Amino acid sequence: MKFELKIWRQPNPDAKGAFQKYSVKDISPDMSFLEMLDTLNEELILKGDPPVAFDHDCREGICGQCGVVINGRAHGPLDQTSTCQLHMRSFSEEKTITIEPFRAAAFPVKKDLKVDRSALDSIIAEGGFISVETGQAPEANTILIGSEQVEEAFDAASCIGCGACVASCKNASVALFTAAKISHLSKLPQGQLERNSRTKRMVQAMDKMGFGSCSNTGACEVECPQGISISHIAHMNKLYFRS
Amino acid sequence: MPDRPFTIDTFTSLDPKVPLGPLENKWSHFKNNSRLVSPSNRKNYHIIVVGTGLAGASAAASLAEQGYKVSTFCFQDSPRRAHSVAAQGGVNAMKNYQNDGDSVFRMFYDTLKGGDFRSREANVYRLAECSAHLIDQAVAQGVPFAREYSGYLANRSFGGVQVSRTFYARGQTGQQLLLGAYQAMMRQVGLGKIKSYSRHEMLDLVVEDGSAKGIIVRNLDTGMISRFAAHAVVLATGGFGKIYYLSTLAMGCNGTAIWRAHKRGALTACPSWTQIHPTCLPQSGTHQSKLTLMSESLRNDGRIWVPKQKNETRQAKDIPEEERDYYLERRYPSFGNLAPRDISSRAAKERIDAGYGVGKMKNAVYLDFKDAIAVQGLEVIKRKYGNLFDMYKKITDVNAYEEPMLISPAAHFSMGGLWVDYELGTNIPGLFAIGEANFSDHGANRLGANSLLQACVDGYYILPNTLPQYLASMDDKKLPVVESPEFDAAEEKIRNSLQQLLDIRGKRTVDDFHRQLGKILYDKCGLSRSAEELSKAIQEIDELMALFYRDVKVPGKQNEMNDELEKAGRVADYLEIGRQMCIDALSREESCGAHFREEYQTADGEALRDDKQFRFVSCWKYDKERPSLVKEALNFEFVTPSERSYK
Ligand SMILES: Cc1cc2nc3c(=O)[nH]c(=O)nc-3n(C[C@H](O)[C@H](O)[C@H](O)COP(=O)(O)OP(=O)(O)OC[C@H]3O[C@@H](n4cnc5c(N)ncnc54)[C@H](O)[C@@H]3O)c2cc1C
Ligand code: FES
Repeated sequence: MKFELKIWRQPNPDAKGAFQKYSVKDISPDMSFLEMLDTLNEELILKGDPPVAFDHDCREGICGQCGVVINGRAHGPLDQTSTCQLHMRSFSEEKTITIEPFRAAAFPVKKDLKVDRSALDSIIAEGGFISVETGQAPEANTILIGSEQVEEAFDAASCIGCGACVASCKNASVALFTAAKISHLSKLPQGQLERNSRTKRMVQAMDKMGFGSCSNTGACEVECPQGISISHIAHMNKLYFRS
Repeated sequence: MPDRPFTIDTFTSLDPKVPLGPLENKWSHFKNNSRLVSPSNRKNYHIIVVGTGLAGASAAASLAEQGYKVSTFCFQDSPRRAHSVAAQGGVNAMKNYQNDGDSVFRMFYDTLKGGDFRSREANVYRLAECSAHLIDQAVAQGVPFAREYSGYLANRSFGGVQVSRTFYARGQTGQQLLLGAYQAMMRQVGLGKIKSYSRHEMLDLVVEDGSAKGIIVRNLDTGMISRFAAHAVVLATGGFGKIYYLSTLAMGCNGTAIWRAHKRGALTACPSWTQIHPTCLPQSGTHQSKLTLMSESLRNDGRIWVPKQKNETRQAKDIPEEERDYYLERRYPSFGNLAPRDISSRAAKERIDAGYGVGKMKNAVYLDFKDAIAVQGLEVIKRKYGNLFDMYKKITDVNAYEEPMLISPAAHFSMGGLWVDYELGTNIPGLFAIGEANFSDHGANRLGANSLLQACVDGYYILPNTLPQYLASMDDKKLPVVESPEFDAAEEKIRNSLQQLLDIRGKRTVDDFHRQLGKILYDKCGLSRSAEELSKAIQEIDELMALFYRDVKVPGKQNEMNDELEKAGRVADYLEIGRQMCIDALSREESCGAHFREEYQTADGEALRDDKQFRFVSCWKYDKERPSLVKEALNFEFVTPSERSYK
């Protein structure tokens, strides 16, 4: 297969970026999207042009390091699929593929397709944990949790922290990311005691880090590679007003 | 080869620091007698932890909770992305919740035997002893382990054992455990007790007067090089299986931190012992950048087979039952599909090499759920493995509920790493190595679900007890400073070596070299090895290394984000590590665990150990041409090494 690409190039955070056009050929449908970019980069390097910087690590959809906007959609055309899990068989040769970084005020572009998502860590540092220190834990089976309850907490806990929710929200809100952590912990008995203070601190941290506010458009849920539900946001809001 | 590519050092003696006394008292004996730092003094000690995977994050959190000042470093853009996140199947612990005969001793024995009696008894026993606590800790942190309907924790079985001691969180056990450790760590970041540096890569270790005093790092976003000094340095930098290029590891996994420490004097141990995992997705073309693991847990219900007929062209579903060879069940009736990984991988390779492989490139075997679905129902199988089947579909576009999966062996885990003593200290005072970065508990083959455990136990329980002993016994307790001739020299060396790579301006990409190295290693220092092939590999790597320094093309500059420069540094190290791996494999004239030397096998093709000559850990002292071998003898006081049979 061959493809026309339109890729956002920006050499550093202060530079003004722009789209540039490239074409790639001899692409196999079994290639992953990132392997297609690898192929492009090998060509660029050999030609003496700067390769495209993009984020990735595990390449199996779990580390959350990858993530670009493909044809206007965070992580590309497939539901519940991160950028690294996409394969070229999902694209048709006719249409140019437009590739740009996740955009949000709180995610400044570092270079080309890479953005700074450290604000997500800062939100976790504010309260995204249960305050148990090494050595304090009681025997595990003294805390009984129904299998359905665990599964519900798990749905929220499966967030990979990629930031697609922020990139796909017109307000650049980080509500889904934050709510997922609050839900994960508050749905478990171990997480009850700190529930209110955790919610308050994390919600305030979202504002402090420069994210926008949630207006319930639901765009985040559609593009979340883990399919995390926006019902968690309602849950977070309920807890916040209670706290 | 006329001349051995290594020397034997019989002068250096290594002290494994194993406490005296009966096996079950050793760890308490250590704790009862170790020196401590008083709570009010701890804030005066600064500790560097390189790596924020399960080992690094848990160590950093636990040390900060005790009151030490900690700085952490990782190359990803968040500590939460360390490759521990990718572990799927589970974590072992001796809880005996199933009442099926498990005990600390049994877990110890399974692990020791699984490693083909090539690890230290005392370390392995401690791993089993501390395992139960880890589950308590993780549950308290909010790790959503699978539960029975009753609300109690559930277990499954993993390869190489006959009890159910594996705890799991869907197919995302590593992710959930890592998030627990990461959150504990971020809590300390919030409290100001840990300073976390993401996108910072350690490029050198600074040693002053024989002790580790700090590191040189490069900020991967800006290219800036900086220096960090500390009382102690902990390396928790994970495995280097990515050396094979095609592997189940993440793209950035590397051996750089441990290799640079090695070049500063830290010994490596058994670097060639690599686990090749039997259940990965086969390579489908030359473009491929990684091989995805399909969790071993699938072998609880999936049956592995190949056609009985060579070069079979029929589809799996058209091959009748009597024409299928369930070769693991045939060769290892008591463990069947749950035979340990080294054995299962080798058995797959044997069938594939003999012409029975399936799939487009004839490089795979079937993993079939037909019978499990018939007996347990589709819903049960979906509940157990749904996300793995989904992942399989995403990558291959095949529905594995309807036709068998295609799987094949791939490089996965480094048993080898930096040599450490019982206290997890390397031979350089003040330098510790934990998690997959060290060689410790797994011997010549790691059992499934034991390595999340080891990373966690090292970080939560062992290091926080052993590191204080080092701090308390330091003569000079002043914080080292970065203005020293050693720091100056190390920084300059790094700048020069980065510039050297940029100045080559050759014609081949870094990945191109990496792929070629990976192929040499996979073919000649992978699932099976021989003196002849290893000697050839050393020669080929030497040639490749020379070519690399003549012909690699690294674009860009030092003082900017430069992905290719990062990769070039890692591949430069991989070339050297690969060479040492081949030397390590060549020097060990026996087969044990994952190290299978074709010259040393039993009549029915099993590994033939030589306990008389090779009951030791091979530790290597750096030398560019001829590294020297230091032997740490393994003394078995409590068990008698037996033939490792799973028949
Ligand atoms: C796909 C897969 C599945 C697995 N499944 C299981 C399983 O089910 N059960 C099990 O027990 N084990 C499993 N394992 C093995 C297990 O996950 C690992 O051995 C373990 O998680 C390693 O943890 P770690 O903390 O030592 O290293 P990692 O989690 O790899 O962390 C390494 C850290 O070091 C940092 N780092 C590396 N180099 C540098 C440098 N030069 N400078 C700065 N930072 C650096 C990285 O940024 C990272 O933070 C699996 C492994 C893989 C690859
Ligand atoms: S690279 Fe890890 S999620 Fe995509």
